[in-house]
Amino acid sequence: MTRRWLPYVIFAVWVIALASTPFWATNYIVRLAVMIAMFTALTLSWNFIGGFAGYPSFSTAAFFGLGCYAGALAQRAGVPMVAAWLIATVVVSLFAAALGAIILKLKGHYFAIGSIGIVEVVRLVISSWGSLTGGGDGLNVPLLTGGPNAVARIFLVVMLAIMIIAFLVTVYVDRSRLGFGLRCIQQNEDAADMVGVNNTLYKVIAYTLSALFCGPIGAAYASWTGYIDPTDSFSIIMTIKVPVMCLLGGPGTVLGPVVGTAAFMLLEEVFWANFLDYNRAILGAVIVLLIFFLPRGLLAIPYGKLGARLVALLQRPKVAS
Amino acid sequence: MGYLQTLINGIVLGALYACLAVGFSLVWGVLNVINMLHGSLIVFGGYLTFFAWHSYGIHPLLALPAVALLMYAIGYVAQLTMINRVIDQPVLTTLTLTFGLDLILYNFMTVYYTATPRRVTLDLGALDLGGIAVPVDRLFGMVLALALTCMLYLVMRRSRVGRAIVAVRMDSAAAALMGIKVDRIYATTFGIGALMAGATGAIFAMVYPVTTNLSGAYLGKAFVVCVIGGLGSVPGALVGGIVLGIIESFAGQFFGPQHALTVGFVLMLVLLLVKPTGLTGIKGYE
Repeated sequence: MTRRWLPYVIFAVWVIALASTPFWATNYIVRLAVMIAMFTALTLSWNFIGGFAGYPSFSTAAFFGLGCYAGALAQRAGVPMVAAWLIATVVVSLFAAALGAIILKLKGHYFAIGSIGIVEVVRLVISSWGSLTGGGDGLNVPLLTGGPNAVARIFLVVMLAIMIIAFLVTVYVDRSRLGFGLRCIQQNEDAADMVGVNNTLYKVIAYTLSALFCGPIGAAYASWTGYIDPTDSFSIIMTIKVPVMCLLGGPGTVLGPVVGTAAFMLLEEVFWANFLDYNRAILGAVIVLLIFFLPRGLLAIPYGKLGARLVALLQRPKVAS
Repeated sequence: MGYLQTLINGIVLGALYACLAVGFSLVWGVLNVINMLHGSLIVFGGYLTFFAWHSYGIHPLLALPAVALLMYAIGYVAQLTMINRVIDQPVLTTLTLTFGLDLILYNFMTVYYTATPRRVTLDLGALDLGGIAVPVDRLFGMVLALALTCMLYLVMRRSRVGRAIVAVRMDSAAAALMGIKVDRIYATTFGIGALMAGATGAIFAMVYPVTTNLSGAYLGKAFVVCVIGGLGSVPGALVGGIVLGIIESFAGQFFGPQHALTVGFVLMLVLLLVKPTGLTGIKGYE
């Protein structure tokens, strides 16, 4: 029985570790913790469509960026911050549901290209609609008062809350009919249809779930940084980073996105600090190594067997030389 | 008269787009791989051409074949050693892998060449055809692009390798039974894709500034052209390229140049949903 609870224990320990950073670490680490919570929530979101349903969606950046702009515009119109985040959530979810109903007819390569195209279209529309969005100059968002330290703590709590909710939804989906249906779709869509899975509905739900949390994350990110622009909000790097994090952990699992994001962010931090000029190349190298040597993610490594082999290796009597 | 000028501009641009996309289309059609490296390969070809001209005074026309062959070798090796290992995996894997390779190439290019725009200046002036001005370097680029595209078409139709590529595209298992070494054909195909990218880069270096910032834009154009024209066929890429060129040219005139890109992408999304086989509707690589 202990194994069944292991993922939840690991997740709880990780949440406590992140939440406690203001008490023992520098502001830099607190900032990193906010980013980890943010990307964990994004990766958990992507997992619904990319992991469970196996659809290669690259539209995370579109949802995130739309969330940024929806939240920022609402806040600039005088809506209180938290209400602005809720507005962003609703806007992004409706956008994803409407879009999903259309684009999910596509499969495989066409779906991948279409989802990348959506990021581009939304970015171009936002950056050329200067009268509303400020175009390439970006938008300023009212900053919270209280100094950067206090603000970082507030957003740590916010991002962690979103991350926990995303995790709980993942746990629920994992155990529900929906999760079962999505796994069927991932394995064989036609067969799933035959045995009575409502493919279209399930895929649209998964796609909407993958966008749902991007809305408040984007809006909260905009409130946190106080400034957004199209290149930052709709970056192609983000749209590929999130699936890579999920692949690193183990797609279609509950804990995979959490582990993958943590591992990726910590690796990235080390490389950022030491090889500033080559961070993109190192990200690329991580991707290549991941694809070749860890095709099913960190969670798929048989740690128990590895440990046993290590113990056996250590206990083996030394050969006399 | 204004419209005619726009149309001519569009066609000239379109021929360049066709050349840009045909290698990408070939790789997608035959290998079923979305080659995210394509944009960076074009920029790399452009840099090689520029530095051959800038440092050694080699004319871009002479540099073009050398650059193209070098890129072929790079593409062949990359496919044989890396991409072939995951060729039968789902699109997420192959796309992510090529994106990883793209990040590596992109990073090294920005470090060694920096993002400063550079351009081969040939100063050929402009041709005046009854009130329609066409810059000679662009016209030259168009002719080269069309010639290369036609050459690829002939190779695909007439040569043994070309027929083998078509056979692999139609049914790789049956092709293997006929004695075709499928993994070598994959490598050759990817090599040809890289070759076309390098050649396109060499042509672009004469017409546009070369900078790493453009690699994403080139890749985006390749997506759009492929979807408009239909996958994996030379005539499809040609039609797609010219249609996109004309549409962008007119969209730029009517809505302003900043919206030309948006129109292209929206058109792509609509076509994906309505007619994923593209305007030409060609399915095989004939």
